[in-house]
Amino acid sequence: MNPDFLFFIEVSLAGLGSGALLALTALAYVLIYKATRVVNLAVSEVLMLGGYLFFAFAAGWNFSPWLALPLAIIGGGIVGGIVERGLIRPMLGENPISVFMVTVGLGSILVGLTELMWGADPRTLPAFISTKPLFLGEAYVSRKIAVTFVVAAVAMGIFLALFRFWRGGVALRATATDQAAAYSCGINVPGVFSVAWIVGCATAAGAGVLLGAIGGISTTMGVFGLSALVVVIIGGLDSILGALIGGLALGLIQSWAGTYLGGEYSSVVTFGLLIVAIVIRPFGLFGTHEIERL
Amino acid sequence: MTAEAILEIENIELTYKGSIQALRGLSLNVPKGQVVALLGSNGAGKSSTLKAISGLLALENGELTAGRIRFNGTDTAGTSPHQLVRNGLFHVMEGRRVFDDLTVEENLVAATYALSGRSGETADFEQVYTYFPRLKERRNSRAGYLSGGEQQMLAIGRALVAKPSLILLDEPSLGLSPLLVEEIFTIIAHINRETGVSMLLVEQNAAVALAISQYGYIMENGRIQLDGPTERLMADDDVREFYLGHGGSGQRSFREIKHYKRRKRWLS
Repeated sequence: MNPDFLFFIEVSLAGLGSGALLALTALAYVLIYKATRVVNLAVSEVLMLGGYLFFAFAAGWNFSPWLALPLAIIGGGIVGGIVERGLIRPMLGENPISVFMVTVGLGSILVGLTELMWGADPRTLPAFISTKPLFLGEAYVSRKIAVTFVVAAVAMGIFLALFRFWRGGVALRATATDQAAAYSCGINVPGVFSVAWIVGCATAAGAGVLLGAIGGISTTMGVFGLSALVVVIIGGLDSILGALIGGLALGLIQSWAGTYLGGEYSSVVTFGLLIVAIVIRPFGLFGTHEIERL
Repeated sequence: MTAEAILEIENIELTYKGSIQALRGLSLNVPKGQVVALLGSNGAGKSSTLKAISGLLALENGELTAGRIRFNGTDTAGTSPHQLVRNGLFHVMEGRRVFDDLTVEENLVAATYALSGRSGETADFEQVYTYFPRLKERRNSRAGYLSGGEQQMLAIGRALVAKPSLILLDEPSLGLSPLLVEEIFTIIAHINRETGVSMLLVEQNAAVALAISQYGYIMENGRIQLDGPTERLMADDDVREFYLGHGGSGQRSFREIKHYKRRKRWLS
């Protein structure tokens, strides 16, 4: 095979790997936005917290990584549940900007608490994915990225299926469309809010563990969540399919830009794309038209 | 009224945002198994009354400041709206309010949440499709693409899935052609007769509403102005003139003044 082309394939595969992770994080935003119409900026910090929780369980208490992973995910879910009951529900009906600002503040608090507990230095997670290289045909893929891709893809698949075929998915979509009508059908609307926050934050925490496994953890890893926010704004704040496609596309684009133009172009391209997308389609590629603009 | 009441409202007062008073001491009863019509002009407070009953007021910053609402003998204050639905009080809201992005069948699935906590009740979509065959044809299309009449059928269909003991129907004739109105009201009457569900029906179209109900209330400015069995209301001069559109008095001299007074009372 032409070595240039092989290289291109390898870069693309790596891009798909980080794209899957972006999509998974984007899903956390979408779930929470869909149900409660809140853009939860603290998703980034819950993602970071997920990484640290895994670190605490796996390195601090020496649990097996396969036990630490679900514990970190559950921990993220608990944080989501507490935040929803304690901070978000009392704010119901308030100006969306106020709620948005609460999540911004919450993010800072989470970073602060994490630094108090574990310090500000970056750390590496105990290796739980083997580092043996993996070859797809002739193309080399890092095993970590391949595993991440598979895990994220499976998680997305499960979510898409649940949304379509599980009754709870209907409840969530009904609540998203019309809260009063959802109430009138006997749907426990506050309960749906809680579930969306718990599942959304658990997803973010899981994505944090995967991200930490690839690049280590630090209190600033929440920046990754900002890229995922770009994904949801491009894909549509209320569209799971948008999160999936947008995540993969942005992963690929970042990977190509980083390799062929140089690492410093990665952010330029990402946020340039964001601006173009907002100008052309303010509601996102797959979003609903009357969606709020951000 | 001799039958036992499923819904009793005593002197409720309602304000929006703590300042706008929508209901001023309204009372009414719905006897078990009957259809009761609640008529009145725009802004009389009909929809507000229904929202007060179903608890959806809170979503619109409305609040009951006085009075009591009893459903099936128990006070509804403090019960969450979804729990009221699960207890058998279903509100079909004005403007149909189907879930646009969901298919017809998914809309019905959403209503199965009303059955949670009731043992032995299973959702019966076939019953809905028997009453509304058109919904069956379109079961997999998105509700947003249905015609207005089909959406109204779907809204009533959701109520059927919930197997309620009382349905609050808010303007089922809104925006529908006279032929469709006729069709839908016929089905509503059938549902009442065959399932025994009680109904409180809010309507602008007094003629069709009175045709299928046994008792009627006429409200104005947040309180009941007139009530009685349907036959008596249909015979009442004021109701005939201002709600049913039958010609009023022919010769006017002194009567014009009387007419004016009456008109003022009705339309103020």
